[in-house]
Amino acid sequence: MNKIEIQNLNLFYGTFQALIDVNIAIEEKMITALIGPSGCGKSTLLRCLNRMNDLIDGVRITGKILVDGSNIYDAKTDLIELRKKVGMVFQRPNPFPLSIFDNIAYGPRTHGLKNRNELEEIVENALSRVHLWDALKDKLDRFALNLSLEQQQRLCIARLIAVTPDVVLMDEPCSALDPVATGKIEELMYELKRHYTILIVTHNMQQAARVSDRTGFMLLGKLMEYGETGQVFTSPKEKKTEEYITGRYG
Amino acid sequence: MRISSKTAQKIAFSFLGLAAVIVIVPVIVIFAILIQKGLPAINWQFLTAMPRMGMRAGGIFPAIMGTIYLVLGTIVVALPIGVLAAIYLVEYARRNWWTRMIEVAIVNLAGVPSVVYGLFGMGLFVIFLKFGASILSGSLTLSIMILPVIITASKEALSSVPRSFREASLALGVSKWQTIRYVVLPNALPGILTGTILGISRAAGETAPILFTVAAFYLPRLPKSIFDQCMALPYHLYVLSTQVPNVSQKVQYGTALVLVGLVFILNFFAVVIRSYMRSKKQW
Repeated sequence: MNKIEIQNLNLFYGTFQALIDVNIAIEEKMITALIGPSGCGKSTLLRCLNRMNDLIDGVRITGKILVDGSNIYDAKTDLIELRKKVGMVFQRPNPFPLSIFDNIAYGPRTHGLKNRNELEEIVENALSRVHLWDALKDKLDRFALNLSLEQQQRLCIARLIAVTPDVVLMDEPCSALDPVATGKIEELMYELKRHYTILIVTHNMQQAARVSDRTGFMLLGKLMEYGETGQVFTSPKEKKTEEYITGRYG
Repeated sequence: MRISSKTAQKIAFSFLGLAAVIVIVPVIVIFAILIQKGLPAINWQFLTAMPRMGMRAGGIFPAIMGTIYLVLGTIVVALPIGVLAAIYLVEYARRNWWTRMIEVAIVNLAGVPSVVYGLFGMGLFVIFLKFGASILSGSLTLSIMILPVIITASKEALSSVPRSFREASLALGVSKWQTIRYVVLPNALPGILTGTILGISRAAGETAPILFTVAAFYLPRLPKSIFDQCMALPYHLYVLSTQVPNVSQKVQYGTALVLVGLVFILNFFAVVIRSYMRSKKQW
């Protein structure tokens, strides 16, 4: 089933067109990877899905993005509900300068939950799901920025899980991490896809090949090729895709 | 004759060092003189008693309290307005000519001489709004004078909160206002407080803005409400030095020392908050 459908999407930064007629259907509870050279528009595309591009002055968007069948660029879209449903993990781990507990409780709290017991339960579940509970259960009042980068990134994923999203957008989530930590986060993504639809933007082609079910290759604002990951990597239809994945440019 | 580069460097360093020394000399001299001549005047009675004998004896209690009232009144008015304006400018205002106009106005407001604020305050608050010469008029006048300081410091503090914190919060479906309230403001607060205290310490030492709006020449009792006049340290010092004959130097210097001490304590708080913030800040 298609969780997200992007139809004829164009995006302009002022006069520069960053996305050109993108059409793509994202399947539910799969990992979809977007690859391509720097500046190809993959992060921009990702940021359209939770409307983070709205924060930038001078952005104009045409086309449709359907999430669960409704167009998120409709005037009556509730941005808050959209972003609860479509969460995002950023390139650099960005926990708040608060305790571990307060980081994860932040979302539910601002959405009105006050009951301490329920908050504790949410924190435990979220941390368990990212495999941090055993390591941190006695240190919940510690300052989150003192954790290792890998733990910080897990914490950020847990913070997101605490607001119960359906879709998780990951914008190069491992680029600040070392290879061992990267491997662990990839394992985590693999587990998480049982519960969430995951879109990941990555520079790292091996990563896309390892974790994703579907891969989209982007170049200069266009989606050049999109399909089953194995097929895109072993027998790409487009010449440009083949050249990119064999490392001829990038 | 050509000077060798080593000699040139020595000469340059000496001049630079000399300039730095010249900067601190007046500070040291002022403090030394104030302490030497003013300290003997300071005792419990000087700080807590009403002035007597045409202000030549007794204490300066009403002037100290008057300055404290003015400082509190100024904080109450200027802090919320300044912080709210800064939040609007940093978080909400779009970059257009209207915002630029506001910013230019703020910069210009900072350059207006303090006596002009005094006359403006008298015209607007004392006469037009009929608040009379009162703590209210004085606090409002001082507030307008230090608003640019508070706004500028608050803007800087707000902009220095990393974008990634805002994005993290917004991406969790938290509204913009809640993001400002729960993420941006707490992290900007130390910077805002530092700027506010520096503004306040300037307000505490100014004479011209309170001259026509609040300061009483001689009022040997405490004000009863914000519509009363009060004495204030800077104006009291001015009066003692120029308007009252035969005041002992001890009393004049003692008053000056109390005023400088008060400003110094305020600035000291600002420094403490700033260094505490730097030690806690980990981003």
